[in-house]
Amino acid sequence: MIYWKSFSDFLAMGGYGFYVWGSFGVTALIMLIEPILASRNQKTLIARLKRQLRAEARADQRNTAV
Amino acid sequence: MKDRFNLYRFASPATFYPLAGRLIPWFTALAVIFGLAGLWVGMLIAPTDFQQGEGYRIIFIHVPASWMSMFIYLVMAFWAAIGLAFNTRLSGMMAQALAPTGALMAFISLWTGALWGKPMWGAWWVWDARLTSELILLFLYIGYMALTAAIDDVRRADKAGGLMLLVGVVNVPIIYFSVKWWNTLHQGSSINLTKSSMATTMLWGMLLMAFCFWMYSIAVALVRARSIMLERERHTDWAKALLTGAEK
Repeated sequence: MIYWKSFSDFLAMGGYGFYVWGSFGVTALIMLIEPILASRNQKTLIARLKRQLRAEARADQRNTAV
Repeated sequence: MKDRFNLYRFASPATFYPLAGRLIPWFTALAVIFGLAGLWVGMLIAPTDFQQGEGYRIIFIHVPASWMSMFIYLVMAFWAAIGLAFNTRLSGMMAQALAPTGALMAFISLWTGALWGKPMWGAWWVWDARLTSELILLFLYIGYMALTAAIDDVRRADKAGGLMLLVGVVNVPIIYFSVKWWNTLHQGSSINLTKSSMATTMLWGMLLMAFCFWMYSIAVALVRARSIMLERERHTDWAKALLTGAEK
């Protein structure tokens, strides 16, 4: 069923290894990094907005106390 | 009437935000499943190409990425048209959420194209119609992102960006039909509706990978859409309730 005779055969890609793995490697890297960056961005955003909200609430309290 | 299912309800960020949050894991899972299946079929089972040897296997990412780069642009232009016509809040956010993924798809298309062109044509790059119009697509994505980022007022940024997207949409049919309209080094389309020039396993590998890229794009764009939504709507009641509550 599987087309390749051996693992090294698979890696060599009939002499096109550099081009094939160069394509798949960079694509895999992009498709791993992009979602990680996007979700990290979301987490830092939530943390920042929460901080801002707390700061605003404190400022409001101070104003009403005065 | 009151209980009727209302699609417009999802156009409100307050409903869309949690819905998107629930959908992301599903689209991620689908992307992984389609990706593994596509790689299995394309890289392990599909036979070699009689003309291009094993080098042809780049097709399993090159074609899906190229399709997505054009499709995402069309979806962005669709949102831009809706936004300009009906002044809806969500449309600008959707277009902005899709842009980086579209740009990356265009980049992947060009990168894998260069690595495919070198062994087959003997050149990393040629200034032919297909390649040049795809490069213009990448510049359109980058231009859209730079333009919307440069305008502080988000509503005006959405309008200016939307107009740019609609003007640039003329490039998409140029890319698609370039191999028919001009003499080019680039090979013609590998599949069409009536007949296909590919072996069945090759075709399946490519279609599975295309679904993988599609699901991936939806998942990552939804993550970004949620960030844009929360940032823009931070002063509204729903965003404040969400931020002060225990929800993530």
